[in-house]
Amino acid sequence: MYKGGRIIASLIIFVAFLSFPFFSNMGKVNASPDKAFAANLSQLQQAGKQCVEPASYMRANHMQLLLKWRASDVREGKTIYVNSQGKSFDISLQSCLECHATPATQAATNPVGVSNPALNTSSDQFCVSCHNYASVKPTCWSCHAGPEGVAAQ
Amino acid sequence: MSINRRQFLRRAGMVTALGLGGSFVITGLRGKKVEAASSAAEYETSKDALVAKHWAMVVDMSKFKTEEDFKRVIESCVSIHNIPDFGNLKDEVKWIWHDDYEHTFSGGENEYLTEEFKKLPFAVICNHCEHPPCVKACPTGATFKREDGIVAMDFHRCIGCRFCMGACPFGARSFNYRDPKQFIKKIDPDYPTRTPGVVEKCIFCVERLADGKMPACVEASNGGLIFGDLDDPNSEVRKLISTKFTIRRKVELGTQPSVYYLVGGADHA
Repeated sequence: MYKGGRIIASLIIFVAFLSFPFFSNMGKVNASPDKAFAANLSQLQQAGKQCVEPASYMRANHMQLLLKWRASDVREGKTIYVNSQGKSFDISLQSCLECHATPATQAATNPVGVSNPALNTSSDQFCVSCHNYASVKPTCWSCHAGPEGVAAQ
Repeated sequence: MSINRRQFLRRAGMVTALGLGGSFVITGLRGKKVEAASSAAEYETSKDALVAKHWAMVVDMSKFKTEEDFKRVIESCVSIHNIPDFGNLKDEVKWIWHDDYEHTFSGGENEYLTEEFKKLPFAVICNHCEHPPCVKACPTGATFKREDGIVAMDFHRCIGCRFCMGACPFGARSFNYRDPKQFIKKIDPDYPTRTPGVVEKCIFCVERLADGKMPACVEASNGGLIFGDLDDPNSEVRKLISTKFTIRRKVELGTQPSVYYLVGGADHA
């Protein structure tokens, strides 16, 4: 090969450059939100609580469900959600917070008051632990208040 | 290798059919997965909810004598709806407020009215018109008329174009030019706050009606505001409206307001 050595050397440098982010971040990445999730979920399970729909469904479709809740509550005036098991829930974000903003996590993260599970960036909070990981920024809390009644900024 | 026109057309047709068919299968499957768990679910109105065919309000002006009467009613609304007070008239956000006779019933007065009469205060709110011009003007469906006659707001959808404010002949809509949160005295977590660029107005307390409670202003008015179903011949509002002399704001515009003013006094009469 004409000037083979140079070409191969350059290729190696090029590949090294391309794969640099993978190697430099190896082991450093915030692996997944599983830890916070597991902690929160096991707490809830111990308390014998169950989400409005099965956890697997909620994990994939909670936003779709929230949008349906919104349409039903605001537009049709139907404020009660009866789930597939026949249990009824009040259509409100407060229904979510009743479980997902636990007093324990609230006290730990902010003893004064506000501990919004979607906002509190201390990442052991329920909503934000996953949203941060997925880089999703829902705007629910710019209007809806946290459980303590202090609006988010 | 070469293909003739017939072969080319046949192959192109097959690929197209495959592509379309495949995409239908994929979207079909995905749609089912989302629906799976929630298809068995249902949405219901609360058993406690107050329902009506056509909600309407009668304002008995004989019960609004002093500044205190207005203040009590306005404060009951402000506190539960997180209504900001920006401290100046230009940015004022108002759901229920008071205005003088001259401006409330403009166009209807005779020329010999005394200045005192023109200055008489009247309680004013959104009229929840039967033909609401704001709903027609709204390009996103953020404001809409419910089955029970209430003209409600879906703050999520409001894009802040303010067409509704221009369309409303009663000035019943207010705009958040700035972030309202710092200007709310005490935030009530049971009702959302608003973001800058959102229009708001009286919604006849739909959230309280759903819980079986009368609107906040009605409760605080000591009988000055009477609320009920206009379609029910036995309701108090219907009886008052059909037997006493009441006036409405700017009827000549044909919006058919649902707020009636009892000016002679009721048992009032």
